[in-house]
Order: sequence, then C-alpha cells, then structure tokens
Amino acid sequence: MNGMGVLKGLAVTFRHFIDTYLEDFKAGKKRYFTEEGIRQRASIEAKGIFSIQYPEEKLPVPEEFRYIPFLVYDEGENGERALRCTSCGICAKVCPPQCIWIVRTNDPVTGKPVPAPAEFYIDVDICMNCGYCAEYCPFDAIKMDHNYEIASYDRFKEHIFDLNKLSKPASYYAKIRPANFARETAEREAKAAKKAAP
Amino acid sequence: MNPIETLDSPGYDIPPEMRGQVNITTIDRIYNWSRKNSLWPMMFGLACCAIEMICTAASRYDFSRFGMEVMRPSPRQADVMIVSGTVTKKMVPQIVRLYNQMPEPKYVVAMGACASGGGPFKEGYNVVSGIDKFLPVDVYIPGCPPTPQALLHGLMTLQKKVEKESIKTSRWYSRRPVPPIPVPVLGPDLMSPAKFEEIREYTRKLAEEQAQGVEGDQSTQDAGQGGAA
Amino acid sequence: MTDHESTLTTRHGDLLPDWVVADSRPGYEGVIVPVSRLIEFAFLLRDKLGYDLLSSVTGVDYLPDGKMEVVYHALQTIGGAPFVFKVQVPREDPIVPSVVPVWPGADFQEREAWDLLGIRFEGHPDLRRILMWEGFEGHPLRKDWKEPYYEEDAKPYKSRWPEGHVRRAEDVAPLHDNVQYPPGFDPESWTPDGDEALYRGLRKYLEDSGSELKTDRLIVNLGPQHPSTHGVFRMVVVLDGETIVDLKPVFGYLHRNHEKIGERCTWIQNMPFTDRLDYISSMSNNFGYALAVEKLMGIKPPERAEYIRVMMAELTRIVSHLVAVGFLLNDLGAFFTPVLYALEERELILDIFEAVSGSRMMCNYFRFGGVARDLPEGVLERVRDLVENRLPRKIDEIDRYLTKNEIVRTRCEGVGVLTAERAIALSATGPVLRASGVPYDLRRADPYSIYDRFEFDVAVRYHGDIYDRYLIRLDEIRQSIRILKQVLRDIPEGPVISGKPQWQVRVPTGESYGRVEGPKGELGFYVVSNGKPNPWRYHVRAPSFINLHTLAEMARGGKVADVVVILGSIDIVLGEVDR
Repeated sequence: MNGMGVLKGLAVTFRHFIDTYLEDFKAGKKRYFTEEGIRQRASIEAKGIFSIQYPEEKLPVPEEFRYIPFLVYDEGENGERALRCTSCGICAKVCPPQCIWIVRTNDPVTGKPVPAPAEFYIDVDICMNCGYCAEYCPFDAIKMDHNYEIASYDRFKEHIFDLNKLSKPASYYAKIRPANFARETAEREAKAAKKAAP
Repeated sequence: MNPIETLDSPGYDIPPEMRGQVNITTIDRIYNWSRKNSLWPMMFGLACCAIEMICTAASRYDFSRFGMEVMRPSPRQADVMIVSGTVTKKMVPQIVRLYNQMPEPKYVVAMGACASGGGPFKEGYNVVSGIDKFLPVDVYIPGCPPTPQALLHGLMTLQKKVEKESIKTSRWYSRRPVPPIPVPVLGPDLMSPAKFEEIREYTRKLAEEQAQGVEGDQSTQDAGQGGAA
Repeated sequence: MTDHESTLTTRHGDLLPDWVVADSRPGYEGVIVPVSRLIEFAFLLRDKLGYDLLSSVTGVDYLPDGKMEVVYHALQTIGGAPFVFKVQVPREDPIVPSVVPVWPGADFQEREAWDLLGIRFEGHPDLRRILMWEGFEGHPLRKDWKEPYYEEDAKPYKSRWPEGHVRRAEDVAPLHDNVQYPPGFDPESWTPDGDEALYRGLRKYLEDSGSELKTDRLIVNLGPQHPSTHGVFRMVVVLDGETIVDLKPVFGYLHRNHEKIGERCTWIQNMPFTDRLDYISSMSNNFGYALAVEKLMGIKPPERAEYIRVMMAELTRIVSHLVAVGFLLNDLGAFFTPVLYALEERELILDIFEAVSGSRMMCNYFRFGGVARDLPEGVLERVRDLVENRLPRKIDEIDRYLTKNEIVRTRCEGVGVLTAERAIALSATGPVLRASGVPYDLRRADPYSIYDRFEFDVAVRYHGDIYDRYLIRLDEIRQSIRILKQVLRDIPEGPVISGKPQWQVRVPTGESYGRVEGPKGELGFYVVSNGKPNPWRYHVRAPSFINLHTLAEMARGGKVADVVVILGSIDIVLGEVDR
C-alpha cells in the first residue's frame, strides 16, 4: 500500500525518540554529567540520545590520540629540567610538511655539537598531526599531546611553538599515555641494565 | 553558568526585595549575550575539516546546544564563516565574494592548520597561505583536522570574543561603512587587486634582470618559464 | 626475459604485434608502443584482447632523458592484472594522439596530463586545463617548473636542522606570498579568462533548441559553493526548461598539489598525505600506497598485519558507504535525519580508528611492511561487539527506514540510468560500475593482500539507476561485515611489521602500480622510483575523479533536481577528485 514505507520509516525515528526517554528512565540521574554516563553513551550499547555535552562533559580521548607534539623533560630532584631531546634532527627530517625547526647547541669553547637543542620550534599552522616525530624519535623525547583546546585569536604571536611552550614534564606524559610510558621506561631500564651487566 | 548571572551588571544596587525579579544590565551585555547564543554558521565546507564540522553538527557533538544549528548555505543569512579546509587559489575569489555578501556583524573562524596558515599543503602552488591573507580572521583553531571538540572550543572562544565587544567601538557601527574586500583575480597566478603596484614593480625588475642576463634569485628566476606551452 | 614479459606472451600469444617492444628498463613492466600507431594498438587491445576498461592515464616527465612518457593501464572487466603500455615523446612540445575515441573514460585524465605536464593530446574533444585555471602560467608537474615556495628538490630540507632558525615561507618569498609572475607582466592589462573556453563548448546548445515552441536555453552554474555538491565542486548545466541538455563538471577548487608535494616528499612522508585524498576513507588510501611501494621494495607484511589491514579497510568501507547513503538522502531532501543515524555508526567506528591509530580521520596507520602499531588492548573486543551485534542491526534499521520509502523510490528508481556498456566505456569503477550490472570487484578480480582467503559475494545490481546505487552500498556493507567476521575469527598473533620500523626506506629503481578496491572504486597509486629517497613520479588514480565521467551521461535528459541526487549517488569526495 502506498504510504506504508513512509510510515515504517517514521516508526524508526519515533523509536529513536522514545529510546532516549526509556534510557533516561532506566539509568536515572547518573546518565548525564558523570563519567559512567559519558562512557555508556559513547559505547556500542548507546541507545537514544547520543550527544556528549561538551564542555561540561568531555569525551575521553584514547591513549594513542595525537594532536600537537610536545617535548618531554625529566624533572630532577631540585626541580631542574632535563630535556630528553638530543637535537639529533630525526624528527625534523622525517616530518612530512617540514614544520620542525631545530638549532643545535654548539659548545662555546670547542665549537663541537652538544646533545641538546638551543632552539626548537614547531609551526602548528603547518603541522599535520601525523605523529611521525614521536614514532621515530629514538630518545622518547618528542610525543604527541592530548590537549586540543588551543584555539587562539592571533596566529602570528601564538602559533609558532617554541622550546618553552613545547616542554612538558615526563609526569604529564605518564599521565596522558600511561601504557606507552610504562613500556618505554621498562625498555630503557632493561637496556641500561644490559649495559651495566658486563 | 546561569545566563542571568552573565547578564547581571554589577555596580548598580538592586534593593534586596527585588533581587531575582529585576536585573540591571548594559545594552552591550544584553546585545552581545543574545548575539553570541545565536551565531549561525554558513554551511560551507572546503576540505577534510568540513567533515569534522559536519560531525560537530551531528548527533554526538551537536552544536545546536550553542544556538548554532541553523547552518545556512546562503551567506546572506549567516553570521560566522567557518573556513573549514585548504583554501586554494582557484577558490579564494569565491570565498572573498561570499564574505562580502555576509551581513554585518560577521565573523570568520579559521578551522585547522590549512585555513590558518596553509597547513601541510602550504608549499603547494595552488594553496593560499592562510585565509587571513584576504579576510580578517577572529579565531584560529590549530589541528589537522581539529576534532569536533576542538572546533567547539574554538567556537566558544569566538563567543567569548563576541561577549567582549561593544557597540561603541565595533567596526560595524562606525559612521563610515566598512568597504567590501576586493575580490582577487586569477591571472598567471593569484592577484590581489590591492597589490597590483607591488606586482608590477616585481615583474619589471624580473624583466630587467632577465635582459641583463643576471642570475638573480634562483627560485624566482626559474619560476615563470617552467613549461610555458 | 623478465617474468612479466613471459606472462605477457603466454597470456596473449602472438596477438601482440611485433612493432610493440617490451619495456626493458630494470623494474619496469608492460610494452612501449610507437606514437604513430597508438590508436591502432588501442583498438587492438580493446577489441581483440578484451581490455575494455581504461583504468589510468598519466604522464611521467623524464627530464634527464629529455622524454615525456604517457603511461596507460587497461584492464579486462572479467578480471586479471592490468596491461601497461606506454608511449614516449620528446619533452619539448609533446604531442600524443588522444585515446578518447577508443576509451571515452580517458577524457579527464588526458586533460589532467595536459594541465599538469603540458602533454598535448591530439584529437581530444575538449582539451582545456582541468585542475588549474585557464591562463595559469606553466605546467606544474614538469620537473623544471618550480613553485613560489620552492626550497629544494627533495625533503628533508637543509634549513630545518642543525641551523633551523624558524621563519615562515612568506617572509622569505619575494612578494611575501605564495605567488609568482612571469617577467614583465602587467596586472592592469590582464583580462581574466572567465571560463570563456568552457562556455564556448556549451554555446552550441543555446542556438537551436529544436522545438516548435520558442524557448530559451539557460546556462546555470551549480557550485562551487553549493550545499549539494559535497564540497567545492562546480557543475555548469545547460537547461531547457527544467530538462538538462548538457552538463560539464568543473574541477580544481580543492586542488592541493598532492602529486607535486608527493614528489618532493620522501617515500614514507607521503603516507600521511594519502590520508587527505579521500578523507572519509583514509585507511584505504594508506593501503593502496603501501601496496604500491611494497611491490617495489619486494617485502610482504606479516600475517597479523595483513589481517589488521583488511579489518581496517573493511571498516573504512562501512564508514564511507554509511556517509554516502546518509548524504544521498540529504540530497533527496530528507534533511539531516538519515545523516544523523549514519554518522552515529560512523562515530563508533571512528572511535576504533582513534584508539588504534590516534586520529579519527587522518589515520596514517599503515607502514611499508606492516602497520604502525599493534591493536591496543580491548580494541578487538570492541570491533567484535560492533560487528556481531550493533552494525547488522543498524544496517537493517537504515534499510527499514529508507529502502521502501515511497518518496525515495519515486525519486530514485529509473533516474540517472547508466548502462553497463557505458559504465565500462567511461571507466567507472566501484559501486557505480557494479550497480550497472558489471560484477567487477578488485578483491575478486585481482585479489591483493589476503582477500583470496575470505568468503564474500561481489555485490551487483542490474538497473544502473540511483536506487540500485543506493542498494548496492547497503549490500556492500553487509558483505564487509561478513569479511570482518572472518577476519575476527582467523586473526593470528604475531608481529605487525616486517623488520624494524625505519624512517628512511630504500626503494629500488622501477615503477609500480598498486591498486585496491577502495569504497569509491579502484584506487591506484602509480609510483616511479629512481633509487633516490623520494619518488620520481607519484600519481594517484582517483576513483571519484574518474567516476565523474558518468555524471553528464546520467544527467542528460533528466531534471535539474535530479542532478544533485545523481551526484550524490556517485559518491565523490573532493579531496580525491581534485587532489
């Protein structure tokens, strides 16, 4: 019969509409603005309403999530910063749009290169968030950040990230990527132990 | 935040018995408050970022929560132009024309690396290094592409900007009308009408150099001659 | 005699004439045809040997040899490997006869070769620039043409390290912008072309309408900014009332110089750029490029990586088809609700991509010889849950919601019909070809990766109208789910990349054409290596670009409102059309 197809289709949309209220009723107050609620609505079991109400609710990003790169530094006992970067230049060479700029430090006396960057820049207006720099860094010194809330009013002042803006402590890295951090630390320690053994 | 709180203007004493019933505010505040909650974006996508913009409008992120659900394909009904993707030289005349057709007050959001500064394709011969070469950009959102939440953050940044504006100082209400932006021309390469003088100066110098057979800057010398057919 | 040569002779026996010679350069394949006999050879290939579909046409600029080469890939719709043949012409003023009379599907690709490489195709019906505008100076893909921001021939650039004092490219360029002009050029005296050449081709329709009633014909532009064009695509339509007399697509509004940049980049640097081709299905693009380069390098990914690749490619196909169905309905006027439902499922799949690769859309997950990293914990379970429980149910729901809808049927059935013969002639691939009744699917016709292990049916429909192109996408989603179930059943443990991950790869000299059945059709990557760290030539055979040949064919005689839907049913992504 003509019109049945349309009616059946409308039943589907009506079902979606009803589901929201059914789920609300089932889950009670914890459905919104709680971690559990967000997880439930973002999961495969989600039914009815699907929205995550940013900024009050934020969809958690997975560990591998990548945005702009940052440089990791280890904190010493007195709070001094030891950048892991040795300015070997692999990240600058592998970067597909060539948005990484590194000035190597030279020893003022001998003029020989010192394994630390004097300057380090990333032009985020060119960066394509591909993650190669983090993937191929042999020193685990550059990693991809999770922070995506970096909109600004002026790109000329703010969009070339310098050493200061890029550096973040290892504890921050451990927080956003716990599994990767644990694996890399274990690997490094194993290597160090191996070196110390003979 | 309670919308009334953002509207309430301190500095005026309301008698205690009237609190909750009367609010005193400034014209600027109430005007900006209503504007920022009904920013209509233009339905206008350029590249990859447009897909993320659509996702932001779709079920999961749903920017109708910000009063932005009315995406208008016509520039005449839009307040915000989200430049979502790589701006190419072939497209930029149309974008400028669309911007000129938008009614004031109008805002431009450069979404993603490409729209902000050329992005990974910056070196390309058909790519404009950022839409801000032609239009005044209000908010830049880095990322390639910015995730929907990053776009929402950018739009909220824009709302904050709208909130701070004042009718007195905004350029829309000045006595002299804002002139439209001259539409760029597609010549042997993209030409901005404002730069004609500069271009002529440059090509004259090139011609002189060529006549003298001086090997100038390699990158500019070889440029035009490549594969002239 | 190389392997390939022997297969050529065994496959075609004495049918190949003696005036073609096998390409004997190391690492190259196929035959070289003398320019003067190209058309003769093309007819022979099509009519005697059954290579009925011309898949790819592209040019290569061999600057050191002073030669320009045009490379053709033809294939049989009954399956098998493509046949490669080439013609060589001198670099200065190269002229090649056009094969459009033999394969009409060469049209846009020849125009592209003219635009970017300056190869003139004699006898081409409408040889205009296609991606750049008329009046643009030079042919950018020629090796001696340099862009305004030119720094060096190949990446990595020396200015980045060890003395990488940051600067923006526009601060260095002479005009502080990405522009350059020929010497002595005066902007005041310039008159823009204004698409004169384009309109000239359409003016013939305006003159006589042939009907008794005195009616005016109109030329109407749709796009580049139009909500129904799926991006920045433009169609110029000649209308007689509401009926379409002719249609010409205009490209290039998103031409991002993918190939020029690709030739500057090193091999591995191109991988994230391929994500941005068809930005809805980045994993498929990765797959095609990885296959092409792996073929040159002669490496094979380990078992687990193969399974992960197939899993990702099939999930991508589901994503892409869901989007296609959703936006098709949008174009029909079912504004936004079907898209919302389709995008919900897409979001769930994107969550998986994000967990695996780190990005929702620009996955950059494949590497030469494997994938970037193993699946994180819990992902396999999530995919299983999605594939076993949610997706089949949701696809049925979309089916129930839309398929029987009377409005959808009236608008779609019998509209925009493409016959099988025309689809083949116009080089259509993917769902567009299969909806016209040609069961050509690369996963079966020329299996790559491990597709020969899976049981699935090649979805095919026979009416060739919009409705069938809609249905076939649902069919293909169901088949993908079927493949995914087998992948999940069989996926082994083990390494995910062969050898150590390397940021510099050595690619031996030669050429290679890697192709996959992308969601939109045959996605091919033609790469030429000269042993250097970056490709000498990098060309993408973009399915949605070539499928657009069929647009005018389907639209002619239809109503203007249907064009939008026809375009939606081809399912284009502008990033791939314009590259």
